[in-house]
Amino acid sequence: MTALSRERIGTLLARQGILIAFAIFIIAFTLANPKFLTVDNVFSVIRSSAILGVMALGVTFVVISGNLDLSVGSMMSFSTIVVLDLHDKIGPLLAIPAMFAMTLALGALIGLLVGYLKLNSLIVTLGMLSAIHGLTLTYSGGKNMDIADKEGTWFSVFGQGTALGVPVPILMFLALAALLGIVLAKTPFGRKVYAVGGNGTAATFAGIRRARTVFTCYLISAGCVATAGLIQASRSLGSQNTVGQGLELEVLAAVILGGASLMGGSGTVFKTVIGVLILGFIQNGLLLMGLQFYVQFVVTWIIIILAVWLDIAAKRGRLWSPIA
Amino acid sequence: MTRTIPALRLDGIVKTFPGVRALDDVSFEVLPGEVHALMGENGAGKSTLMKVLGGLYQPDAGRIMVGEETVVMATPLEAKTKGIIFIHQELSLATELSVAENIYLGELPRKAFGRVDWRQLFDQTDAILGKLRVGFDARTRVGDLSIANQQMVEIARALTHDAKAVIFDEPTASLTDAEKVVLFDVIADLKADGVGIIYISHRMEEIFRITDRITVLRDGQYRGTVATADTDEEAVTQMMIGRALDLSRNESHHTRGDVALEVRGLSCGKLFQDVGFEVRRGEVLGFYGLVGAGRTEIAETLFGLRDPSAGQILLNGEEVRVHSPADAIARGISLVPEDRKGQGLVLGMNCRDNMTLPQVDDLKAGPFVAEGAEVAIFDQYRDRLDIRTPGWRQLVGNLSGGNQQKIVIGKWLSMKPDVLILDEPTRGIDVGSKSEIHKLIRELAAQGYAVIVISSEMPEVLHVADRIVAMYAGRIMRTFLSDEVTEDSLIQAISGLGEDRPAVPA
Repeated sequence: MTALSRERIGTLLARQGILIAFAIFIIAFTLANPKFLTVDNVFSVIRSSAILGVMALGVTFVVISGNLDLSVGSMMSFSTIVVLDLHDKIGPLLAIPAMFAMTLALGALIGLLVGYLKLNSLIVTLGMLSAIHGLTLTYSGGKNMDIADKEGTWFSVFGQGTALGVPVPILMFLALAALLGIVLAKTPFGRKVYAVGGNGTAATFAGIRRARTVFTCYLISAGCVATAGLIQASRSLGSQNTVGQGLELEVLAAVILGGASLMGGSGTVFKTVIGVLILGFIQNGLLLMGLQFYVQFVVTWIIIILAVWLDIAAKRGRLWSPIA
Repeated sequence: MTRTIPALRLDGIVKTFPGVRALDDVSFEVLPGEVHALMGENGAGKSTLMKVLGGLYQPDAGRIMVGEETVVMATPLEAKTKGIIFIHQELSLATELSVAENIYLGELPRKAFGRVDWRQLFDQTDAILGKLRVGFDARTRVGDLSIANQQMVEIARALTHDAKAVIFDEPTASLTDAEKVVLFDVIADLKADGVGIIYISHRMEEIFRITDRITVLRDGQYRGTVATADTDEEAVTQMMIGRALDLSRNESHHTRGDVALEVRGLSCGKLFQDVGFEVRRGEVLGFYGLVGAGRTEIAETLFGLRDPSAGQILLNGEEVRVHSPADAIARGISLVPEDRKGQGLVLGMNCRDNMTLPQVDDLKAGPFVAEGAEVAIFDQYRDRLDIRTPGWRQLVGNLSGGNQQKIVIGKWLSMKPDVLILDEPTRGIDVGSKSEIHKLIRELAAQGYAVIVISSEMPEVLHVADRIVAMYAGRIMRTFLSDEVTEDSLIQAISGLGEDRPAVPA
């Protein structure tokens, strides 16, 4: 019986490990800096996590369907640059749908390659990361993009506005999370995403059109990226070509931290939101502790490794095993 | 009388998991030079016992002895060094490496500076392969070998160790009859060398052909050991399931209805050619043949997974083209595929979601999945098929093989198909569930379904089918009535030895 309960505790630790580690982090940061657990700081963490969070929502679909999307960072740069450029050329009312259409077209291209041509998603999206970056630079001619009249545009509402005292980016993040959470958990499409990621062959044998499902996941991911680009552009009203650079790994870290398996078939939107918040709080805590901004990159990587390890350990029921 | 020291002895092994006593005081011993069958239904505890023996699980109580030494095995490697060798059903070979490298993986002979001594490696390997009398050499790439020969590589690997006990887990699952003979010769050699052998199989004829004693487990408990010579299939089956089993020839011949499915001159490249048959409502059509005869490929073509190169498919007298499983499902064709875990189920999904997967688009309340309707469907088929699970939330991967198969069957029955195709419906399933599934297939026919059953087991086709199509090398050799056919003529037909007559539609 002792062996049994030890195994159980091990499983529990591994399953809830992230939350336990998170709690320890919070306590340590709060003791180190009383500013950490204040309403202002919590609000600012959520607001700064909103862009990452919106992107992570879409990537959640892709990861559950058993694929990867490493192109979201450079795709977000693209969306931001395009919408800023078009803002002055055709006005915000037309610029926003035009930017969405162009971003969705990129998502559709990835969806075609990964879904219908069945190419490896790692290769395709890693290639797209670079290709879209090139596309953005070509589009902008390598220059930063700025809106001419920064004071007089209503476009700033998505990034800087508030409604009922809550910043609009937070509202957009939470609304999109609620919508996509319901789509994933409650609709036939969501069910198919889990089936395709859990066992694509069995899904095909059940009459599910696997290619179409994967394609749609990439469209959702691109739609989320366009939304994130909109918030980013609206917040700063000007941007470099590399604004989204490196975000793909943070997004993936958040999704995995939330507990989605890289093998596909598991994860939820709610868990991803938790993952986003954990990542945001940890990065904020490190800054408050006075660590250099650049240390974040190292810490983020360590967190990803820990998350993946705990994910595997939870499945095995122990931290180390001689077999996979 | 001097008592022989057992090669391997298990004493009072207990292993519990949350809520389950998987092994309850199991004891038995394997003598040197003995082939000892371990039998039991799925869920009886065989796999758990093997994992305990292999060092993957630690027993809660009891001890394991190899020879006169009590051993504790914390890892699979330790089990191996103690002389307990497994030949698994699923092979674990590096297919890109040579036979020799696979056999000595981790123990390659070395020269100065850590370089591999290839000559010694290949010489040693060829010596072992010579003993096994196999038709390939040490340099062959493992991926180029047949499954049977890959298994021989596993056995050769066992021979390089000082094996005290070798455990064969369903070794014949994917072997042809000729390959089986070779395997049995090798087992006889091991036996002559004084190795103790545990042989796990569901196939009675093999058990009675090669084993000396039989130990039966049921519900995690030891049910007894009998000398093979002193018992028979019926008695062993009764020990395993606690009741007698019906495996008579099917003689029912239901009143058959209209032709539900007709196939004319169907070909698919080299896989099968000029196949023609019909299935009527109320009958079970059996497809019997060797692995690779084209039976599964026909089923996959009917289900839209392959495009035929020629021929027609007629459903209820109307020609149809089926380009995808979604097409097939929409036209009332259902397929219970041969690979339950790979093709039939999403193991990480719960029972209910697996069962309703093909119709999830149709079960809607507004834009959402109607979960209440799903639960109702699950409950209906759980009761009808007697699926044993704590509830619909249970992950399918946690069910026994028999119950998993019933989930797959339930999934396709709930689609209310015109034509139900079952490919190897009882592969790897215990005897008890097997007979339940056979009974179910007969009932479905009686209710007016047109059923196709593909099977590699002759007793199975004879038991469930009304007519039997014998296939050989992609062609239908003959169609028999199951109560008239003799086993000899059936075997001749599937070996390509029968008269080369075209199929006779009944």
